[in-house]
Amino acid sequence: MAELLFWPALLAYGEAAIAYAGDARRPGSMGRLATWGVRIGWLVQTALLVAQAARADGFPWDTWAGSLNLFVWLVVGAYLIWGCKPRFRLLGLVVMPLAALLLAISYAAGGVGGTGRSGYSSLFLIAHVGLVLAGFAGLTLAAAIAALYLWQERELKRRSSTVLRFRAPSLVTLELLFGRTVAYSLPVLTLGMAVGFARLRHDSQLDPLIVLTVLTWAVYGAFLVLRFGAGWHGRRAAYTTLAGFALVVVMQLSVHMGHFA
Amino acid sequence: MSLVLVGTSHRLSPVEVRERVALDLAGAAELARRMARSGEAVCLSTCNRTELYLVDSEPEAAEERASQALLGDEVELYRMTDEAAAVHLFRVAAGLDSLVPGEGEILGQVRDAYDAGAHGPVLDRLFREALRVGKKVRTETAINESPASVSSAAAALAQQVFGDLKGCRVLLVGAGEVSELAARALAARGATIGAVTSRTQANAARLADAFDAHAVPFDRLGSELDQADVVVSSTSSSEPIMSRDQVPARKGRPLFVIDLAVPRDVDPAVARLEDCYLYDIDDLQAVVRESLNGRWREAERAEGIVEREAERFRDWQASLQVVPAIASLRERAESIRSGELAKAESRLEGLSESERRTVESLTTQIVNKLLHVPIVRLKQAAATEGTGYVEVARDLFDLPDDENADPRRKPR
Repeated sequence: MAELLFWPALLAYGEAAIAYAGDARRPGSMGRLATWGVRIGWLVQTALLVAQAARADGFPWDTWAGSLNLFVWLVVGAYLIWGCKPRFRLLGLVVMPLAALLLAISYAAGGVGGTGRSGYSSLFLIAHVGLVLAGFAGLTLAAAIAALYLWQERELKRRSSTVLRFRAPSLVTLELLFGRTVAYSLPVLTLGMAVGFARLRHDSQLDPLIVLTVLTWAVYGAFLVLRFGAGWHGRRAAYTTLAGFALVVVMQLSVHMGHFA
Repeated sequence: MSLVLVGTSHRLSPVEVRERVALDLAGAAELARRMARSGEAVCLSTCNRTELYLVDSEPEAAEERASQALLGDEVELYRMTDEAAAVHLFRVAAGLDSLVPGEGEILGQVRDAYDAGAHGPVLDRLFREALRVGKKVRTETAINESPASVSSAAAALAQQVFGDLKGCRVLLVGAGEVSELAARALAARGATIGAVTSRTQANAARLADAFDAHAVPFDRLGSELDQADVVVSSTSSSEPIMSRDQVPARKGRPLFVIDLAVPRDVDPAVARLEDCYLYDIDDLQAVVRESLNGRWREAERAEGIVEREAERFRDWQASLQVVPAIASLRERAESIRSGELAKAESRLEGLSESERRTVESLTTQIVNKLLHVPIVRLKQAAATEGTGYVEVARDLFDLPDDENADPRRKPR
């Protein structure tokens, strides 16, 4: 059942990715098709996750492939908050191909099928993995918005004659959005980390993954302090968001290399 | 009844010719009333066109009357009929026949002409469809979304930086017409014109009054820059009046500078400052060119919409031609049915009231079912093959020749 739901979800995400590319070339009905692709894909993936949860004995996303599946769902869900508005469709050009690719990888690695019994209690995993992944999903979206900000800023600085062709959100809106997205995502990540630390045994060693997570947290923490304390805005703030995201990527890769679970 | 269009536009006549046949709304309404004596008439008159749409049973005579009304001996006119006239009006309403494709004013002008016209069923349908097509084109394509003038491009770029311009403070440097146009475009999108400065204080005061802003002395330009979000500069100075050093650090607050002057008022080095975005007149004209190209690209899609909608109108108009024949056919069938029932009256005397109603209903249903398919075929054939089927139906059923029948008569 769960595997059957994977294909329509992937198809809808893929359709959305292609339609976003078409919409960037010629805005119009392709944008609406893309938005429906995202909505339908996300709903189908939600059903897929529910089916997995119903079938699993314990937390169903405790493998790296499973967590990737959940991560994609969280990223697309966060994107859906703004992505359906015409001015934010450009974000879909980055988010949806990535979502389709990661979902396909998750499937290839067995992340959409059933899972065996987990070594951890469900409550701990839901709290720790769920919160950490939700935090990372928010930070991923913040990075996509920051990238869009930098592109838009560059176009305006270059006085490009095509700057109005792509209906992107204004600079001020994008700047506010990536700042707010980080501000909302970091507490979620912090909570997830706190749950993880609470489970850490006294004799446990600090592994590189924990160090990386703390480092990422510190970068985003510094971002918020500088933003609200020292008035850091604009390009510097966008670059800091992307630097933090680079650490998120490294961490995700290391999780997928087998550190997690 | 045929649809006839006679008119002239910017594509055919220069302004000195167009102004001779231009009418205000009251004049257009009066002309439409005069022209509609034997049918329907609407007169569309704007600065770029004057057109008369007529529906008449004698199209040649109607065309001749319209030509005379629009000084056909002296003014070059175009003449179109039926589908071509409908396509033309749809294109006009969609802004595809305008100087700037997709411009929005024409839709209101078409609505005004319709309201003031002497329309019957055909022009009523034609103009309502044209208004619908005009809206559809603007909704389904991006034909009217990009700016078509330097001042609207400046305002659109300011929106690209700030989003909502409500709360954005604009500083005008120079109080000439160019500054005023840009200020109007910005104010129309919600910006507040905060201050006006000019070397001639009286000019600054005049423009400031127009926007409920402050006129400030020219030497206070530096301090005003600190408070401004958007600066519009258009002076006749031969030297730059705004240098990089004059612009205070923005600390994350964007500053959008529009330099409309030639020679330029703003030192190009300002563009290199963080959070500062500088556009000069060449940059803005390039944006307008690009945006007009975009409008033309969208116009291709809009033409497709117009074509499809005109086809629908043609089908509807064609179906009108069979209305009298269908009505005659039904009348003939009904008279046969009621005549035959009357003949059988003596044999039906013994029936109860309820049985009589059953017989009435039964015969009506037989007639309706027999006529249903031929009527549908007649309507379909009228849309695709003209009135040939109507002639055949008249011949087969011996229907009266209703050449002058009223197409408003509806078949049951």
